[in-house]
Amino acid sequence: MAADPLSRVFSALADPTRRDIVARLAVGDATVGELAAPYDVTVQAVSKHLRVLEDAGLVSRSREAQRRPVHLEAEVFDLMTKWIERYRRQAEERYRRLDDVLRSMPEEDPPPQGGNPS
Amino acid sequence: MTASTRETQIVADPDVPLVRITREFDAPPSKVFRAHTDPDLLVQWLGPRGLEMRIDHYDCRPGGSYRYVHSDANGEYGFRGCFHEVRPDELIVQTFTFEGVPDGVALEKLVLEDLGDGRTRLTVTSLVDSFADRDAFLASGMETGVVQGYERLDEVLAR
Repeated sequence: MAADPLSRVFSALADPTRRDIVARLAVGDATVGELAAPYDVTVQAVSKHLRVLEDAGLVSRSREAQRRPVHLEAEVFDLMTKWIERYRRQAEERYRRLDDVLRSMPEEDPPPQGGNPS
Repeated sequence: MTASTRETQIVADPDVPLVRITREFDAPPSKVFRAHTDPDLLVQWLGPRGLEMRIDHYDCRPGGSYRYVHSDANGEYGFRGCFHEVRPDELIVQTFTFEGVPDGVALEKLVLEDLGDGRTRLTVTSLVDSFADRDAFLASGMETGVVQGYERLDEVLAR
């Protein structure tokens, strides 16, 4: 398994069943049995998916007696989102400068160069 | 400024180490293409704010290459790559390397879509060879706050 944490998060979320589990945990905590109910797979298979999500830091299991509900660590998603948002904002700033350049360009294109198909 | 300009969208793919940026412009593909290939225009928007950008050469045609340098008080940062395929008003396929990390290279595909009414959608897909490289690429050039955010993420994930 990849060593760096973000790769673990991205690869954990690469699986559609795990993404679905995360989406359902976003609504509220649930037990393994509750999470397994809608799927045509064993509780063991769901436990395996949960282990991957847990290793990536995306979910945690409480020690609450028998129930041991699974909890979504929403903070991890917030940080991921912020991280990508910052990059997006950089690109947006760059493209606003491109907007200005496009506005300053003359309306008419220069005559096409020889051999330029269109 | 028209209200129709859409904000930049970005997707970090979970399955493949790529980043896809999409943005629409109130200009026809021919203009957007020219702003990407004419060094005199490129230098006006590509360089990050607060940094000096100098274009060493920029030969945007199939088989051509480019090199430019950003500089600030701390030093110079060179970037270079090759153009593999260039089709006017449609497509640019190029490589991108930060000279500080010469073994890392991104394959970039820029696609221009004519939306009609003098509008263009630009889609830039950058593919690197590992998730670690992709995430470093996303994190590059970011301010301290983000680096700290990433460190906090490390802490959260290490629990």
